[in-house]
Amino acid sequence: MIEIENLSKSFTLHNQGGAVIPVMAGAHLRVEPGECVALTGQSGAGKSTLMRMIYGNYLAASGSIRIGGVDVATVTPRDIIRLRRETLGYVSQYLRVVPRVPTRTVVAEPLLALGKPEGEAHARAEELLTMLNIPERLWSLSPTTFSGGEQQRVNIARGFAHEYPAMLLDEPTASLDARNRDVVLSLIEGAKARGAAIIGIFHDEGARNQVCDRVVDVTGFTPKAAA
Amino acid sequence: MTMHDVSLDQPLFRVEGLTKRYGKRIGCADVSFDLWPGEVLGIVGESGSGKSTLLGCLAGHMQADEGKILYRGRNTLTMPEPERRVLSRTEWAFVHQNPRDGLRMGVSAGGNVGERLMAIGARNYGDIRETAADWLGRVEIAGERIDDRPRQFSGGMQQRLQIARNLVTSPRLVFMDEPTGGLDVSVQARLLDLLRGLVRDMGLSVIIVTHDLAVARLLADRLMVMKDGHVIEHGLTDQVLDDPQAAYTQLLVSSVLQV
Amino acid sequence: MTDQAYNFAYLDEATKRMIRRALLKGLAIPGYQVPFASREMPMPYGWGTGGVQVTAACLTPEDTLKVIDQGADDTTNAVSIRKFFERTAQVQTSETTAEATVIQTRHRIPEVALTEGQILVYQVPIPEPLRFLEPRESETRRMHALEEYGLMHVKLYEDIARHGAIATSYAYPVKVEGRYVMDPSPIPKFDNPKLGGNAAIQLFGAGREQRIYALPPYTDVVSLDFEDHPFDPSKADHACDLCGSEVSYLDEVITDDKGSRIFVCSDTSYCTTRQDEGHTGRLSPEGEAA
Repeated sequence: MIEIENLSKSFTLHNQGGAVIPVMAGAHLRVEPGECVALTGQSGAGKSTLMRMIYGNYLAASGSIRIGGVDVATVTPRDIIRLRRETLGYVSQYLRVVPRVPTRTVVAEPLLALGKPEGEAHARAEELLTMLNIPERLWSLSPTTFSGGEQQRVNIARGFAHEYPAMLLDEPTASLDARNRDVVLSLIEGAKARGAAIIGIFHDEGARNQVCDRVVDVTGFTPKAAA
Repeated sequence: MTMHDVSLDQPLFRVEGLTKRYGKRIGCADVSFDLWPGEVLGIVGESGSGKSTLLGCLAGHMQADEGKILYRGRNTLTMPEPERRVLSRTEWAFVHQNPRDGLRMGVSAGGNVGERLMAIGARNYGDIRETAADWLGRVEIAGERIDDRPRQFSGGMQQRLQIARNLVTSPRLVFMDEPTGGLDVSVQARLLDLLRGLVRDMGLSVIIVTHDLAVARLLADRLMVMKDGHVIEHGLTDQVLDDPQAAYTQLLVSSVLQV
Repeated sequence: MTDQAYNFAYLDEATKRMIRRALLKGLAIPGYQVPFASREMPMPYGWGTGGVQVTAACLTPEDTLKVIDQGADDTTNAVSIRKFFERTAQVQTSETTAEATVIQTRHRIPEVALTEGQILVYQVPIPEPLRFLEPRESETRRMHALEEYGLMHVKLYEDIARHGAIATSYAYPVKVEGRYVMDPSPIPKFDNPKLGGNAAIQLFGAGREQRIYALPPYTDVVSLDFEDHPFDPSKADHACDLCGSEVSYLDEVITDDKGSRIFVCSDTSYCTTRQDEGHTGRLSPEGEAA
């Protein structure tokens, strides 16, 4: 489902003397449907960079990132938009939404974007919010005022609203209590069971061991010159 | 032609090599892009970067010197003026930064919204009024304000009224020039939320000019960065903002607070 | 200087030819405002300089001229224009509508139906119906050219929204032959139905604004309205106190300081003719006796 070959990345800092900082070289990774792979490595080793490149957020310098046959490294923005809408989900650590939009709508948005009827989308959103223990009285409020943990759970609900065939999870269990952590892990297991290919970053070792089939250390993708 | 025969596999709007000069000075140069149905394209840059000139040329308010603008396959630069004006009051819409430029300040809210309907032949007062009331509701203006003039409205309300006035004929392509400029931050958020909902529900294609990168991030699918009349960088909105390639874009992104 | 120092009907022949060209163009494109080189006339703007120039260009020595102001033959404006042409063209004048071949009017159409061969000349203060909605002349011309008349209905919409009905009662806009929106000059909307299908030639002259427009005989003229608020050519709900007519357009005249009022036909020729024929109203001598 996800197939990465010979991927490299460098940042050129035009406004700091044109310094070129290579951050990744020769990365390769393959994730089958129903498989969950954890990225490991020290802070700054490039876990987030790789995730962002897979999502199309960072441009690849060379190599390929194929997701269900679409090469994120070379396709047009329009194809990436479609990929993100239909195929590739992303649960980031930070919630970024328009203030004022009610939580229920924030969670339902991925389904509304796919043209699902409002009733159906909201029902699914409410189901997830209930599962993640967001009290009903908060559903009509904007999540911008919520606590960090609540925002994180809203973010997860949103990420799991649509059944994406491929998913990227950035610290999905961070800042969650045990009860909600278990809910998230069961959501991940559910996604695997329906055949989603998942790549995640888990600092929480227990969680990693529970849901991940394999671990890939991104330190191996660090450019040799820098090492 | 019906309203919904646009193929989703064809660009709605295609611009090729568009150039506009003011004497020797360049307004915008060699701009090309495709816009697809339901897509929001942001054009960002500083004052004087040519983004407003570009928007003016695209919407037909200014005559471009070179290039092509194809709307559903037809070149709007060579199209007879009557046809282009029909387009701009049916399938196109233009939201001005200053609502005063887009509203008739001496005409009631209902009359402002109804004008486009009457312009395309609506002749039933009751129906026009009902549609106007419905649209005021959609932009969150109380129905009882239908006979008030825009002068009595706050800036945010005026801007929402301008949007209702523009969208009442269900256009496909909306041009927006800094639609949230000049509004308080809290009012901006409400407007952005409203716009996002309308874009999604009506399947609108939008070209939005803004200097506010936060607005661009929240509304635009794709971003075009302009400087001195040229397109410096063009790509997926979050990619352009998070991994800018051009020196100018890096400067632009790093000079604003976190967005 | 004698009256003979003037050319027939005051204007020189070259000027008349210029105006006739504009008139012919106006007749060829009913409702379209034709620019013309309006001349200085020996009267102030607003006193009918446009109408006078059109009349001068139409008059022949055989014509009989009638001049009315708000329907009356004996008001200052009507009297001075009639005298002007009596002196400069020596044409016959009449107060009887049926006898006249050229009728210059301000703000009315005569009650008696006009016939083929007659010419009705309107004095027009503001020829542009879109003026108060769109002040830019460049833009209104474009709107006419492209038939963008939505704004006209916005005005009527605003009337209904504010007053519950279309409150425009004079200079009520019309559409001519399904094409041009035209200002019929400040005639009461009561007269609007007489614009369409009229056997006479109708010519409109705006001196200050330098515009001429026209309606050839039997032109299709429709007053703008909404399906659910149709055009209503209403008038005061009274009969004429002098001739008893229930169908003519009435002037309301205050007769004393206590607010007493009478209603009389605005068309004096029509009213006198009826009285001569024996029709009576509330204030006729017989009516008082009864």
